[in-house]
Amino acid sequence: MIEIKNISKSFNGRKVLDDVSGVFRDGETSLVIGASGTGKSVLLKCMLDLVTPETGQVLYDGREFLYKKEKERIDVRREMGVLFQGGALFDSQTVFQNVKFPLDMLTKQSEGEKRDRVEFCLKRVGLEEAGGRMPSEISGGMKKRVGIARAIVLNPKYLFCDEPNSGLDPLTSIRIDELIQEITEEYGTTTVVITHDMNSVLSIGQNIKFLYEGKKIWEGDSKSILETELQELDEFVFSNHALKKLRG
Amino acid sequence: MFGKFGKFLLFLYELFTRRESLKVYWKRFIDECMMIGIDSLLIVCIVAFFIGAVTCVQINANLVSPIIPTYIVSNIVRDMMLLELSSTFMCVILAGKVGSNIASELGTMRITEQVEALEVMGINAASYLVLPKVLAAFIMFPILAVLSGFIGIVGGYIAGTATGIITPEQYIYGIRFSFIPFNMVIPIIKSAVFGILIATISAYKGFYTRGGALEVGKVSTTAVTNSCIAILIADYLLAELLT
Repeated sequence: MIEIKNISKSFNGRKVLDDVSGVFRDGETSLVIGASGTGKSVLLKCMLDLVTPETGQVLYDGREFLYKKEKERIDVRREMGVLFQGGALFDSQTVFQNVKFPLDMLTKQSEGEKRDRVEFCLKRVGLEEAGGRMPSEISGGMKKRVGIARAIVLNPKYLFCDEPNSGLDPLTSIRIDELIQEITEEYGTTTVVITHDMNSVLSIGQNIKFLYEGKKIWEGDSKSILETELQELDEFVFSNHALKKLRG
Repeated sequence: MFGKFGKFLLFLYELFTRRESLKVYWKRFIDECMMIGIDSLLIVCIVAFFIGAVTCVQINANLVSPIIPTYIVSNIVRDMMLLELSSTFMCVILAGKVGSNIASELGTMRITEQVEALEVMGINAASYLVLPKVLAAFIMFPILAVLSGFIGIVGGYIAGTATGIITPEQYIYGIRFSFIPFNMVIPIIKSAVFGILIATISAYKGFYTRGGALEVGKVSTTAVTNSCIAILIADYLLAELLT
């Protein structure tokens, strides 16, 4: 379980996150949604301590994460898997080497064990044939899947996905969503997905937190979001024409 | 200004904290040596050859006094190549090639979140990415400087003898005349210092890139100009210290 308490962050005097709190439960896919520029990615970076918030706490299963020395945070970091928006694959390494990288750096496994684990993860994301290819030779959707394979290679307890569907066609987006959902259920990870894609919200949103101008102003699930009476959320959800029609 | 310098010093400190295993660095060090050293061989050879050749021709054209012996031409070519051109001039050229390469590589890694990917794994990205580059520059730049000094002197020999400026015997006599062995050490020390300056300044610029592709281009240019300025200042200080 991940707990965030009173996270606030400003950039150049502009408050991007304002006293955001919430809980992300084990074995559940939690979504942080909101329009562009509402602080979703900054919240994720605060949770990963890539950006240090001005106030607030982040607790991983009760363990304080921020404001600790890096050496003390390593144990928590090694339980995290992160899928970045663009995949963040290392350009100079093949797909296989990218997935193997955390094993090389953070474990003392034998080469055979590492190879087996990488092959398993690539198979899990449906890319067992792509191991020898370079990141520049694969599509955006494949990059995301390689990113997922790399994120799960160490069996993480916490999985973070920053806009996993951005720049993908609808069919690939659905596949990525399904993959994230399956991995969450299969391994019981605490999964946090940052998105503004309503298809994701409706298909995998077990717990949804809505950010508006840096504040968390709503929390619920994929059913209750369609019945909301909150104007800001209503505008966000029904900005999509298909959903407008659905509502009638 | 002082804030930026302080940030630069903190960046250098970061390179030596939370290091990975030697095995990890060794593999990356060899890769960087290939990139910085082997990939620069051709440009270093071409530039050094022509600098030596042009120096020989220019000195001959400007030494008009009949009382100055001809072998002085090769004597000056030797000293210019060893004391200045093989290290300072060559490192300015390498700042353009190696410096921009380092800055753009790290800048691209930063804007595509590859640096963040390392950091969330608990890896010290600065140390993992930059330290092997600095060490490779420290080792490879002196080797390149020694090579460029030799090729420059050969360039002067070919240009001088082929055009009839100087005979082969006079050239060989000139480069052996009043030779000070410590002058061989000076380009090694200077190029090692310049190598560290180019690698650290370019890495610092690239590592803290913010924005997109446009900014990567800008930091690449800034890295080269800042490295060149640092080389020239260090060159003056080293000239005062070593001669």
